[in-house]
Amino acid sequence: MPLITYREAIRHALAEELQRDANVVVLGEEVAQFNGAYKVTEGLLEKFGPKRIVDTPISEAGFIGMGLGASMLGIRPVMELMFWSFYSVAFDQILNNAANVRYMSGGQINCPIVIRGPANGGTNVGATHSHTPENVLANHPGVKVVVPATPYDAKGLLKSAIRDNDPVFFLENTILYGDKGEVPEAEYLIPLGKAEVKREGTDLTIVTYGRCVIHSLKAAEILEKEHDVSVEIVDLRCIRPLDIDTVLASVAKTNRVLIVEEQKPFASVGSQLAYMIQREAFDHLDAPIHRLATVDAPAIYSPPVETEQLPNPQRIIKAAIEALA
Amino acid sequence: MSKKPSATAEKKADSTAKDAGHGRAPVNASLSREDKIELYRKMVRIRRFEERSLRAYQAGKKIGGFLHLYIGQEAVAVGCCSLMGKDDHVITAYRDHGHAIAVGMDTKPLMAELYGKATGCSKGKGGSMHYFDPSRNYWGGHGIVGGQVPLGTGLAYAIKYKGLKGAAMTFMGDGAVNQGAVHEAYNLAALWQLPVVFVIENNGYSMGTSQERSSAGDLAKRAEGYHMAWGQCDGHDVYEVRATMDKFLRAAREESKPAVVEIRTYRYRGHSVADPDNTYRTRAEIEEYRRTKDPIQVFQDKLTAEGVLDAALIEKIDTEARTEADVSIDFSEASPFPTVDDIQKDVYWEADNPAERKSQGRLFFD
Ligand SMILES: Cc1ncc(C[n+]2csc(CCOP(=O)(O)OP(=O)(O)O)c2C)c(N)n1
Ligand SMILES: [Mg+2]
Repeated sequence: MPLITYREAIRHALAEELQRDANVVVLGEEVAQFNGAYKVTEGLLEKFGPKRIVDTPISEAGFIGMGLGASMLGIRPVMELMFWSFYSVAFDQILNNAANVRYMSGGQINCPIVIRGPANGGTNVGATHSHTPENVLANHPGVKVVVPATPYDAKGLLKSAIRDNDPVFFLENTILYGDKGEVPEAEYLIPLGKAEVKREGTDLTIVTYGRCVIHSLKAAEILEKEHDVSVEIVDLRCIRPLDIDTVLASVAKTNRVLIVEEQKPFASVGSQLAYMIQREAFDHLDAPIHRLATVDAPAIYSPPVETEQLPNPQRIIKAAIEALA
Repeated sequence: MSKKPSATAEKKADSTAKDAGHGRAPVNASLSREDKIELYRKMVRIRRFEERSLRAYQAGKKIGGFLHLYIGQEAVAVGCCSLMGKDDHVITAYRDHGHAIAVGMDTKPLMAELYGKATGCSKGKGGSMHYFDPSRNYWGGHGIVGGQVPLGTGLAYAIKYKGLKGAAMTFMGDGAVNQGAVHEAYNLAALWQLPVVFVIENNGYSMGTSQERSSAGDLAKRAEGYHMAWGQCDGHDVYEVRATMDKFLRAAREESKPAVVEIRTYRYRGHSVADPDNTYRTRAEIEEYRRTKDPIQVFQDKLTAEGVLDAALIEKIDTEARTEADVSIDFSEASPFPTVDDIQKDVYWEADNPAERKSQGRLFFD
């Protein structure tokens, strides 16, 4: 199987869907001539032309709302946010309109829009550019939220997202863009809402998603070698819909849970998970549910300190040992 | 509190004097007698529907939340929507009853929506501010001031993308023009020459704030900053609305040219039923509009002079409109409420189409 980057995997998904469906369009700041702020869309303009690959002005509320209006009439826009952090200036369009139009119209209108872009800390760009809004987004019934960790997942999930008839918010990660992974050449789809056990284990379940999956895999290796602990890692891949069954099955097996997330802890995705796990697997738990999140403050700039604010393998190892105590 | 009528009101008064020619504009001259009666009838139906809804509201507990009445502005929606072809689309804000009737929606589900009934046009899920009927190219009904304007621009984008000859009429109030999203949409529309006609229904006030207390400069003229065409007209005479809008809609459909059109109108009722309407304008101002510029009276006079209407027909149309409003009330009263199980329907397409669902996992939480 070819090894390609997470960035290329997303690009391939876009190219395949652009090829397949003439109603798919890619719009965003710098996506066309500049080849994408993170080069995700590199070469797409050349291949598909300016009708399909469209550079927008810096007007997130305007162009996201415009894409949404177009989606109501059957266009399938894939909108790039240069950073998901900029969702705040388009909040009304993303969460008042995209999330609510279907409902308020009594099911008469669908909004098959995808909004994608990176949502992560760890790049020393300060608090304004480091938001991880998956909890805020997923709090809105009507939308779907996807956070892929690997090139394989990114491609298969994005293709499903583009074909989905509900609004899908796709949260990537600038630090993962260069990561390589095996991606088959043959077409495949990964259904939204299907978690994956990324590592099998028996002593502790780590429930996580996004870049924290990569950190957790590293931590699990060390825990195995140095502490003789067998960790199972469940990658949610999708926050809403949520594959809680895979989580519960793992908890039933290991009886201990550590949730790891690149989220501020208050009312995070992990908070919801912890509630659901205790509610539905209380009898399987040998210990309280543990959680490792981002240290609760705006994202710090200072490079070495930001690494410590976010979950990282060392912090995960420490949290895992506490969860096993 | 009494204030003298505002400068805009005086300006409005001046501009109705010169309306004589609009009936002879080709778009109006070509109307049949039946077409003219239909325009008149629609305005009367909107008026009677809303008056009846207000009575139901005031009777208590029947209708909840906000009720923003369109009374006084009927010629705007009726005039604009009467020009719609099959690829033309409409979107507006929360003062949306008039547009809904103007595009041809049945008043029974409209009233039932106010009652929060399952038979409402949005199944009781949207309420007064959120009427929709995509089958009639009517995309709402939006509660956030200015929030619908990027959506309307997107309708135009889709029209152009599909190579259709249509236009997206995107209505907003005079207060909405100060929202950032509106300006972002203007820029996109002009930059990409999208077939959208932004219609500012200037009724002089955004809630209790008059135009001169909220907006610098001329509202539609802001289009010049984007090199967009713009126009202004009075919205009391449905002929004038049609004559003005026809030009801009044609440019949108045929040349994909966007425009901003300010239509000066007036609402007789408070901002919503919750507005006591005694702090920001005078009774005298309202009465002056009612007496001299009521869109139904203005058109009734014109059609009477043209020999299209007579007293008997006027009476008949009015009686039918009142009966229709009463029937919509009876329908609403007799209709069931949605059930608690209905709360989670119409949220996700996938949840409502389980046989075609591709995703897995939980969509809803408790
Ligand atoms: C973003 C936002 N801010 C405030 C409101 C509350 N609000 C509803 S209508 C309105 C006045 C808007 O006036 P205008 O645009 O002139 O429309 P009109 O009511 O006159 O039709 C206000 C302030 C809102 N719904 N949305
Ligand atoms: Mg107003």
